[in-house]
Amino acid sequence: MLDLTYESPKPKTIAGATGDWELVIGLEVHAQVASQAKLFSGASTTFGAEPNSNVSFVDAAMPGMLPVINEFCVAQAVRTGLGLKAAINLWSAFDRKNYFYPDLPQGYQISQLYHPIVGEGEVLVDMGPGVARMVRIERIHLEQDAGKSIHDMDPHMSFVDLNRTGVALMEIVSRPDIRGPEEAAAYVGKLRQIMRYLGTCDGNMQNGNLRADVNVSVCRPGDYEKYQATQDFSHLGTRCEIKNMNSMRFIQQAIEYEARRQIALIEDGKEVVQETRLYDPDKGETRSMRSKEEAHDYRYFPCPDLLPLEIEQGWVDDIAASLPELPDAKRERFVTDYGMTEYDASVLTAEVESAAFFEEVARGRDGKLAANWVINELFGRLKKEDLSIADSPVSAAQLGGIIELIGKGDISGKIAKDLFEIVWTEGGDPAAIVEERGMKQVTDTGAIEAEVDRVIAENPAQVEKAKSNPKLAGWFVGQVMKATGGKANPKAVNDLVAAKLGL
Amino acid sequence: METLSPMSIDVETARRVAKLARIKVEDADLPALAQDFNRILGFVEQLNEVDVDGVEPMTSVTPMRLKRRQDGVTAGGMQDKILSNAPDAREGFFAVPKVVE
Repeated sequence: MLDLTYESPKPKTIAGATGDWELVIGLEVHAQVASQAKLFSGASTTFGAEPNSNVSFVDAAMPGMLPVINEFCVAQAVRTGLGLKAAINLWSAFDRKNYFYPDLPQGYQISQLYHPIVGEGEVLVDMGPGVARMVRIERIHLEQDAGKSIHDMDPHMSFVDLNRTGVALMEIVSRPDIRGPEEAAAYVGKLRQIMRYLGTCDGNMQNGNLRADVNVSVCRPGDYEKYQATQDFSHLGTRCEIKNMNSMRFIQQAIEYEARRQIALIEDGKEVVQETRLYDPDKGETRSMRSKEEAHDYRYFPCPDLLPLEIEQGWVDDIAASLPELPDAKRERFVTDYGMTEYDASVLTAEVESAAFFEEVARGRDGKLAANWVINELFGRLKKEDLSIADSPVSAAQLGGIIELIGKGDISGKIAKDLFEIVWTEGGDPAAIVEERGMKQVTDTGAIEAEVDRVIAENPAQVEKAKSNPKLAGWFVGQVMKATGGKANPKAVNDLVAAKLGL
Repeated sequence: METLSPMSIDVETARRVAKLARIKVEDADLPALAQDFNRILGFVEQLNEVDVDGVEPMTSVTPMRLKRRQDGVTAGGMQDKILSNAPDAREGFFAVPKVVE
C-alpha cells in the first residue's frame, strides 16, 4: 500500500464582531452516470438533442409503463463506490420521493432513501503538497434526474424538455468534514477526477453533469472538534442548504457569502433558520427558496414498481478487479518512478488522458525531461491554442522522438523547440526531419574549434575586454552559436571559448 | 389485547395532504376526509398487533429477481408522440404556465 502521509489543512476562519468563526460544510454531489441509456428506460442520454426526442413512454410517465433498471448504471455506481473505498450494499432498494413540478412527469423521483447501494467511504482531498483533508462519504445512491425547464423563451410560459428526465444520477453524500470554500471546491474537483479515471461520470459541469448542493453552518473554534469526538451535531450551528450549483467558482462564492450571512444573523442576536437557499451569481448572494419549504414533505415510500436490487459479491469483485490505477496511486508512482516533484506529478495526473500520454512519451526515456516537455512545451502550447490532449497535433510517439534526440545529444534544447514547432505545424518523424533539414547538433570539436578561433581572431578588442571581464565569454559563445545556426553543442562551445580565452 | 390509538389526522393535516397531492378538496369536505384517513390508519394499525420480530419483510410473492436491461438505446425519436397529449406545446417543448423559482 501507498504511504500517504499528509497534514490536515487549517479550517478557514472568519473574524466576526464577537470573535472568530469557523465553517462546517457537507456536500451532496449529483453526478450523471456515464451510460448510453437512462436508469429505467431505453432512451438515450445524449446531451444537446432536439427537445423531447430522447424520451420514452416510461420517462413521459405514460399510464401502465413500468421501469426496468439499466444494469450498467448499477455497475457504474458500484464502480464509483469502490473507487471511493466505500462499502457496497449487496441489497438495496428504491423509494419514491413525491413532489409536483412540470419537469417531473411521474410526480415522483425514484431514489434510494432507506437502502442506498453504496455505504460509507472516504476521499482524500489534496490542498497542496503534503496537505490534504480526508472527507468521509456517508453514502451514494442511484436516482433519476428531472427534466429541464426553460423560463426565458416566453414571457408567460415555461418550456419543458424531458430529455434529461430519468437519466441516472449518483448522489454522493459527504459527512460535514469540509472546512472552507477552497476545500469544498477541491473536494468536488477530486470526486470529478476519480470518476473521470473510473469512467463513471464525464464530470462536465457546464452541461450540468456534475452539480452540488452545499450545506453550510458556522461554529466557534473548538466546537467542531467536539462534534468530531462525539459525532453529536448539537455542537454545530444550524445549517442552510444551497441548491444546485454547477461551477467551482460559484460554490466557493456561495459558501463565503452564506457563512458571513449566518455570522451576521447570530451576532445580531437573531437565529439561523434551517432552510433551502439559492445562490444568485449575478448578485453574489443566497436567497431563501420559500416555495421549496412548503412542499418539503416528500412522503417517501418504497417504490412498488421495483423489487429490491440484489447483486452478487462475485459481480462486485469482478468490477473491483477491473478498476484502473486511481489518481493518488498514480501520483505517488510518478514521484517514485520518474523522480519528478509532487507538483509535476499532480499536473500530469490531473486527467487520466494526460497521464497516459506522458507515460507513452517517457517510456524508455528520461522521465524528468519528458515531464518537463509535456508540462511546459506541450501543455503550454495546447492551452494557448485551447486544445485538449486528445486533439494534440504532436503525438506521444513524436514528442518521445524529440526527447530521444535531445537525450542522445543529436539536438540542443533550443533546436528541440524549433523541431517541436515543425512537428506541431507540419507533422512528420522528428528524427527524419532533423536529418533532412540538417538540424543535427555539431559535436565535432574540430569544426567548433575552427569557428571559435575565427571569432576570436576577428574581434581582438572584445578579447581584451573579456580578459578583465570573464562574463563577456558569453558574447563569444553567442557569436559561435549564431555562425553555426544554433547547431553547435553549447557545452562544447562554452568549454572551448573559456579555454581559448584562458579564463 | 392492547388497542393502539391511531395517529390522529386533524382537518389541517387533511388539508395539507390534499394540497401535497394536488387534489382540490372543499373546506366543507375536509372533516369527513380527516375522519376517513383516521379510519384507514386505524385499520392499518391493527397490523402492529402481529409479532414480526425476526421476520424479513416480504417484497415479492414469488421468488423473483429484479428484472434488468442492457445499456442500449431502444426508445426515443418520437417527439410528436410524446407531445401529442400536451395541452400546449411549442417548438418541441411542453409549454406550461410560468414556474420560476
